[in-house]
Amino acid sequence: MSKPVRVNDMVIRFANVNGTGSASANDLFSKAVFRMGIPLSSKNFFPSNIQGLPTWYEVRVSEKGYTGRRNGVDLLVAVNPQTYAKDIATVVPGGYFLYDSTKNLHPELIRKDINYIGIPMMKLCMENYDIPRQQQLFKNIVYIGALATLLDVEMEVIRDIIRQMFAKKEKLIPPNFKALDLGANYVKENFSWPLEIRLERRDALGDQIFMDGNSAASLGALYGGVTFAAWYPITPSTSVISAFEKYCKKYRTNPDGTTNYAIVQAEDELAAIGMVIGASWNGARAFTSTSGAGISLMTEFLGLAYFAEVPAVIVNVQRGGPSTGMPTRTQQSDIISCAYASHGDTKQVLLFPSTPAECFEMTAQALDLAERLQTPVLVMTDLDLGMNLHLSPALKWDDNRKYDRGKVLNRQQLEEAKQFGRYLDVDGDGICYRTLPGTHPTKGSFFTRGTSRDEFARYTEEGEAYVRNMQRLQKKWKTAADLVPAPEVTRTGTSKLGVIYFGTTKFSADEALDMLAEEGMKFDVLRIKAFPFGGDVHKFIKDHEQVVVIEQNRDAQMRTVLMTELEIDPAKLISVVNYDGMPIAADTIYDQIKKRLSPIAVKA
Amino acid sequence: MTFVKPTFRHPALTKNAVGFTKADYEGALSTLCAGCGHDSISASIVQACYELDIEPHRVAKFSGIGCSSKTPTYFLGNSHGFNTVHGRMPSVTTGANLANKDLIYLGVSGDGDSASIGLGQFCHVIRRNLNMTYIVMNNGCYGLTKGQDSATADRGSINKSGVENRFQSIDLAALALELGASFVARSFSGDKGQLIPLIKAALLHPGFAFIDVISPCVTFNNNDGSTKSYDFVRDHIDATSPLDFVPEEDEITLEYDPEKPAEVKLHDGSILNFYKLNPLWDPTDRNLSVERMNKARQEGHILTGLLYLEPSTSDLHKTLQTTAKPLNTLKEDDLCPGSQALDKINQGLR
Ligand SMILES: Cc1ncc(C[n+]2csc(CCOP(=O)(O)OP(=O)(O)O)c2C)c(N)n1
Ligand code: SF4
Ligand SMILES: [Mg+2]
Repeated sequence: MSKPVRVNDMVIRFANVNGTGSASANDLFSKAVFRMGIPLSSKNFFPSNIQGLPTWYEVRVSEKGYTGRRNGVDLLVAVNPQTYAKDIATVVPGGYFLYDSTKNLHPELIRKDINYIGIPMMKLCMENYDIPRQQQLFKNIVYIGALATLLDVEMEVIRDIIRQMFAKKEKLIPPNFKALDLGANYVKENFSWPLEIRLERRDALGDQIFMDGNSAASLGALYGGVTFAAWYPITPSTSVISAFEKYCKKYRTNPDGTTNYAIVQAEDELAAIGMVIGASWNGARAFTSTSGAGISLMTEFLGLAYFAEVPAVIVNVQRGGPSTGMPTRTQQSDIISCAYASHGDTKQVLLFPSTPAECFEMTAQALDLAERLQTPVLVMTDLDLGMNLHLSPALKWDDNRKYDRGKVLNRQQLEEAKQFGRYLDVDGDGICYRTLPGTHPTKGSFFTRGTSRDEFARYTEEGEAYVRNMQRLQKKWKTAADLVPAPEVTRTGTSKLGVIYFGTTKFSADEALDMLAEEGMKFDVLRIKAFPFGGDVHKFIKDHEQVVVIEQNRDAQMRTVLMTELEIDPAKLISVVNYDGMPIAADTIYDQIKKRLSPIAVKA
Repeated sequence: MTFVKPTFRHPALTKNAVGFTKADYEGALSTLCAGCGHDSISASIVQACYELDIEPHRVAKFSGIGCSSKTPTYFLGNSHGFNTVHGRMPSVTTGANLANKDLIYLGVSGDGDSASIGLGQFCHVIRRNLNMTYIVMNNGCYGLTKGQDSATADRGSINKSGVENRFQSIDLAALALELGASFVARSFSGDKGQLIPLIKAALLHPGFAFIDVISPCVTFNNNDGSTKSYDFVRDHIDATSPLDFVPEEDEITLEYDPEKPAEVKLHDGSILNFYKLNPLWDPTDRNLSVERMNKARQEGHILTGLLYLEPSTSDLHKTLQTTAKPLNTLKEDDLCPGSQALDKINQGLR
């Protein structure tokens, strides 16, 4: 093998069987790359199944820091014969297929343009471990040992992680080390190593962390002062609440065993959002997390919270729709259904995080915004961000930070107020003052309802009063546009062409734009962080001749919302989409932009 | 139309122990049909809260959607209220209660609201033993949408258009018992003497208290052949026992002379006295209650009164072990682990 050496630039894919313990072994590999200071991302492509179906895990290593997906696999670790044929097809010419050679490969599976590395994983395990479950589990560690040797991963880094993993079950450390050595030694005795694709220690990560967005969102809820969470299990949002519970147990339990939080697993998503609305109405910070069908079930209540003006925070970890759709695949396809969730003239505030750090920050911020604006706020993450481990800036919290509890009158303020009208726009920003039950014996009580009412919360069917209220809500919407996070504009002023993206699209889009820039095609970039959009988004579109909107759904939903909300000429907004359930890849964006942009525009 | 009552108060109106007159517990003028059973229940709620010396602002009231769910506008005008969406009052009340354990939670609902669209939430709030009073104003029909049969309409009952209901009915009180409710009662909107003490006991009960109140809809379901009409109910009612609520501090006085009242001590020390019609009757025996209810049903009687009570019960806060302070009073210091803890978390993610 005399191919040129390629360092810290590869895609490794593991093909496993669900429920065999492979996920933690694969995480072990990712973590080792991370600890060697090399930029990476890892993605789990798992089935809606508990045991037996194929599952994949992909690690992208990129010295340049590209952490989005790119197509093509350099090394495939094949542990699942069911998918050999499909897996072999994904390997790039010259790439590697590492497989369990306990059984011979069928001749049809041999491709001339790739390299085969057979490790008798099962055989090694049968010879070295007695218990069948151990044989299966250590098979995963055997391939990690082999892979680490082939790629020149520092073994001591892996051993350290294993030591930490089993700090509380020390007995398990030696057999894990043994499995590592079995894989490593087999490679050393039978192949030349390391391969020309390999890893080398760098110090490229600074103080970054490697974490999933769902845990980060749950920490945002914890730090943001959530005392009540209600939820109904649904992939991929479940781990938001399980992480929240884990952190609450640790940080919110009093010495006497009582808790400074409550979590209720509701009977369905209707009840979950209903509970969140009840708690928020009563002055506690509350949130729920859901996905897919859960959002549909919540929409009636979201309309109530919008119209009756009750705070609520929802973390929507988007997955493939419609209906049950692709429950374990990623998409950004709830944009329209969330932006206008519920019947009637309804608009909801949305936040779009791109990194775990933003999941943390935006969830905490959503709690402030929901109380300031007295309305639901949806944190729109997705399965890729929520469930996969991402490189992310470290989470930060300013200890002087105070929660913004919004316009809530206390007993003394009620005492001093000349009059109280729940829906009186005293400050002219569309946001009225509210009161909490139990505040004052004779002042400030009001009746919250989803029906039309006047400024004093009295039921009315008068058209004028209804219109006044709807217009005030519109004014509040304008106020919201000033309060939500502003978009992030980069590469400014160099081009007549613009690109708009949001959420997890950022990573592959940035890579694609670098590829295009190398060919002389330069773009200014705007990353949407919130809905309503605010003036900056409008100006950006106005300032560019053509704007590419990149998103992960079929119908170009964000483009539609931009068009309607900002009154943009459809011809100006070019759509690039990916909706196969896999996180959008850099090459996909690159290809589509080249295909879709008119030659005239490209020349400019 | 919004009706605002004149605020003039007659000086003779006597104040209760916490300084409020009965008018302080009233709400806006009702817009329900004249004679609607729901209005009588509102009046009983007003009387119960006044007599219990509850400060109005310590009560939070909730409802779903329907004529019945409109009533929180017509009682306790000085309390915060929340008219939620159809069938979902229990979930909103659950969240509110968890946010502040120190208030008294009163939910009212209709038979459509609770036995059809909201049946799931009805069942689950019972399972959780939320500390609340849950009153269903049960008229066997959907009043607000003009009289369709509801799921509590009895099989064979005839509606206003002369059509007989062919479906089995859901008995919400029996269901509540089955699901383990710690306080189950049934009453009749026209029997304030029985209803007021029941509401008082329910409000003081430290867990989930359910009262199914038969409340005739005069406009759509008060016809001959309806089993939820005033006449039918009056003719078929069978009270478990007259009962009388004795607050903790009062002396126990008996108004009439039974052999001996059965006493049930409530958690705050108040006493509920039962004048047994049936010497075998014991409202703290769930099995006996179920038996008794089944028998009455077979005989075509409407059994009213306190059907079951578990005097010392443990509500959702106890189950979840929440702190003694209401969650909505906790501040940054109680809630936010701070930057040092976050640095440690960050370190664990490297
Ligand atoms: C989701 C939804 N579906 C339907 C309705 C229409 N609706 C309003 S009240 C009602 C029935 C109310 O019946 P019940 O709870 O028994 O109250 P009543 O009017 O009899 O007191 C219905 C179906 C609604 N408000 N919401
Ligand atoms: S329609 Fe029936 S339930 Fe509704 S207010 Fe009239 S009498 Fe009462
Ligand atoms: Mg009804």
